[in-house]
Amino acid sequence: MTVLEVRDLRVTFRNGTVPAVRGISLAVGRGEVLGIVGESGCGKSATALALTGLLPPGARATGSVRLRGRELIGLTDAELARVRGRDIAMVFQDPMSALTPVRPVGDQIAETVQIHQGAGRTAARARAVELLDLVGVPDPARRARAYPHELSGGMRQRVMIAMAVANDPAVIVADEPTTALDGTVQARVLRVLRAARDATGAAIVLITHDLGVAAGLADRVMVMYAGRAVETGPVDEVYARPRMPYTIGLLQSVPRLDGRPPFAPAEDTADRPRLVPIEGHPPVPGRLPGGCPFAPRCPVAEPRCREAEPDLRPVGADGRAVACVRDIRDPAGVYPRPVPPPPAVPVPSDRRWRRPVLEVSGLTRHHPLYTGGRLRRRTGTVRAVDGIEFDIREGETLGLVGESGGGKTTALMEILRLRAPQAGRIAVLGQDTATLTAARRKALRRDVQVVFQDPLASLDPRMRVADILAEPLTAHGARRRAAAGRVGELLALVGLGAELAGRYPGNLSGGQRQRVAIARALATEPRLVLLDEPVSALDVSVQAGVLNLLEDLKARLGLAYLLVAHDLAVVRHVADRVAVMYLGRIVELGEVPQVYHRPAHPYTRALLSAVPVPDPPRERRRRSVALPGDRPDPADPPAGCRFRTRCPRHAALDPVRARRCLQVDPEPVRVGDDQLTACHYPEAMTP
Amino acid sequence: MTTTFREPPVGMPSRGADLARRVLADRRAVLGLALLGALFLLAFAGPHLAKWHWTDTDFAAMREPPSAGHWFGTTQSGRDVYALTLRGMQKSLLIGICAAVLSTGLAALVGTVAGYAGGWADRALMWGTDLLLVLPAFLVVAVLSPAFRAAWPLLVLLLAAFMWMVTARMVRQMTISLKRREFVLAARYLGVGPARIVVRHILPHLGSLLIIDGTLNVSVAIIAESGLSYFGFGVQPPDSSLGTLIAEGTGAATTFPWLFGFAAGLLVLIVLAVNLVGDGLRDALDPAAKGGDR
Repeated sequence: MTVLEVRDLRVTFRNGTVPAVRGISLAVGRGEVLGIVGESGCGKSATALALTGLLPPGARATGSVRLRGRELIGLTDAELARVRGRDIAMVFQDPMSALTPVRPVGDQIAETVQIHQGAGRTAARARAVELLDLVGVPDPARRARAYPHELSGGMRQRVMIAMAVANDPAVIVADEPTTALDGTVQARVLRVLRAARDATGAAIVLITHDLGVAAGLADRVMVMYAGRAVETGPVDEVYARPRMPYTIGLLQSVPRLDGRPPFAPAEDTADRPRLVPIEGHPPVPGRLPGGCPFAPRCPVAEPRCREAEPDLRPVGADGRAVACVRDIRDPAGVYPRPVPPPPAVPVPSDRRWRRPVLEVSGLTRHHPLYTGGRLRRRTGTVRAVDGIEFDIREGETLGLVGESGGGKTTALMEILRLRAPQAGRIAVLGQDTATLTAARRKALRRDVQVVFQDPLASLDPRMRVADILAEPLTAHGARRRAAAGRVGELLALVGLGAELAGRYPGNLSGGQRQRVAIARALATEPRLVLLDEPVSALDVSVQAGVLNLLEDLKARLGLAYLLVAHDLAVVRHVADRVAVMYLGRIVELGEVPQVYHRPAHPYTRALLSAVPVPDPPRERRRRSVALPGDRPDPADPPAGCRFRTRCPRHAALDPVRARRCLQVDPEPVRVGDDQLTACHYPEAMTP
Repeated sequence: MTTTFREPPVGMPSRGADLARRVLADRRAVLGLALLGALFLLAFAGPHLAKWHWTDTDFAAMREPPSAGHWFGTTQSGRDVYALTLRGMQKSLLIGICAAVLSTGLAALVGTVAGYAGGWADRALMWGTDLLLVLPAFLVVAVLSPAFRAAWPLLVLLLAAFMWMVTARMVRQMTISLKRREFVLAARYLGVGPARIVVRHILPHLGSLLIIDGTLNVSVAIIAESGLSYFGFGVQPPDSSLGTLIAEGTGAATTFPWLFGFAAGLLVLIVLAVNLVGDGLRDALDPAAKGGDR
């Protein structure tokens, strides 16, 4: 039974000048999950807002949105307000801004029940507690009285889901419901969303950029590009046999945990096959190329692709449709497979013979916590980084992973300062940072460079690309003319044209900006580059190109990277070794294949099991390790092993052996050739 | 490195040349510059066109309306208003623009140094700023003015010295927030020195504030000078400034409008021209404004 039917929905912004959605049609049945996937700017969120009637002023929706046969387009705000929350509910990306900060969450849930069901105050409150229990909030009666800021991100998102299902809506629109959450939390929230669907029978429109999330939850998917649907169909079919070059490109550009690219020939057994990027960047709404909007980026575009925009035409029987003039049957041959360049700077293959570029031992960074305004009193210490030890050797990438609050970025910034740490030792190229003079420290900055997460923030918006790239050179004493001469060379190095030199960062695409940031880092020919989430602000199709570029540059220039990332699949593709951080400590460290294949620490296992796989049958089978509770406050870590409060292995131990976790802080122990773990009962050694 | 060498971009102008190009591409800025140039020309070349000198007295014409002999009319003592106004304009233009540039420059210097350096430098500079803020500026200038009876540059210094404090505090606050922005952090870790970071990364972002402040200060300085002159502290008679002329003329504004109308009109023109130039400069500094890219 179809509950939501959309026909030729169009959304324009800025009084009709910017078309965001250009005619999409869809139908969702009871209990069905439709995944809408696509990159930023493709019109996903505008679709979600149009479905719920929440478009901002200046935006206009035309076409037809029928909810259980009732037309929603053209309803007044008052009429829509009665529909919203009762028949159609929404889960937003950021639950912090979607919840009212000044009222307890239980009251907020009760409010929707009171408004739409006319329930009394007490009954509504009781129902709120019931709903919190339904979405898996532990101790719901107490949590109902909590304010949003007192809850963790995952807990807040569950409150949002509880509000969404409060009135048994026919449709739940979930716009990137887990994007702001950590991996293990995301796994739990997705499970809650699925359970809510099963309990209420609501249809779900799931909007996401993450192909893995859509693979696990959706029954059918719609791939959007430039405001239109370019491919739709059952999720298994679309993922296994995509027929639109854009879908194929998206699936191939996603880094995967197992490192195996889709549609690869069986004989391709390279340990780390390269990602296949889509050239160029998504078009800006309102400035579309003529013909098929994907044609400029399509590897198999023909002249007729540029003549007219293809309509979504049905192929096959099971509701599949594709907007492509070609009839692609074999997705493997569409994109040329990039070949990695041979290393130009030879490094010994055995790690022990390579020179260390960065040595860190006992590194500690504590932030004091104060209370009060005028009379400040120190009340505690946030142990952001609490004694970590690792080294990076030349030509090597170390991935530093873990969830937010683990101390990854703090560790990176501490290294970047090139000063004496609060405790411990940092040595760059054999030079201890505690003993550096100001002049030597400045000279050493040439060898240690950084690429930040968001290039829009890390590039001065008032400087042209040429000035941005010349800056590190002139800062280290190069003449202005000589520096200007290097600009074209640096742009070429990162695969950009010299014509971008006169542009400002604001006029570049996200991928181009991050390439400029990388070029700036490489200007002084560093030996070690610190990468702080270098691709997490980029779209997948663009991200693959930047990851390949980083890999090429490493091989060509003999660089070493410290890569801070939360995405374990990205680390799998780029890093040689990986260090997993939890609450300021490294809990596991080792070679990527070993750690990913045989994680010894229960936290690593949980992290790895929480990564969604863009492969529907496997994603549905995947059982993620549930971590109970929330991350402890880093100002007050548990005694003994810091992970024990959430550790599934600790919970399963007999009391005698469990006592060791409670009392003794585990030291890193060797569990493999080159694998350390800070666990008393590591996987490999537990019988 | 095994890179394919490409020619550096040809004809890429320096940052300063690019700024100049963009200022000149802005219609308002060009209009403002032209107007300002014309006003300067009028102030300094204009007196030679008329036969009356500003010290002359025409006993045959007292409180005469504008005529062929006296273009702007005459005062009650028979002095030529045209000559007087231009003489006053010379003073006002110099005082206004010099004081504005000085005070805004001082605000930028103190504010960015205090904000970027922090620590004791910040505390010392802000202590000085607060001290000047609580001093009664008018009284201090009034007390000191007899000491520089003849020297207008000293008046400029004194005016500027009491105009920069509020802006400096704003600049400091903005510098502190800019200092935490990632591109400043990036520059620091690239090895760029503090003076260079302030000049290249912080000052351009304060551009709009400083330009608005500077243009406002031109009129504030001219009016402050006129206020001082009115009480007999600024420019002393028989010398004149636009301020003294306006002050003297306002009493008879309805009956003898030429006594102050021309001076007031020219003051408005000066402020307008400075504002136009300021607007153009602000847009040229901000690539997000229209015409940002080539």
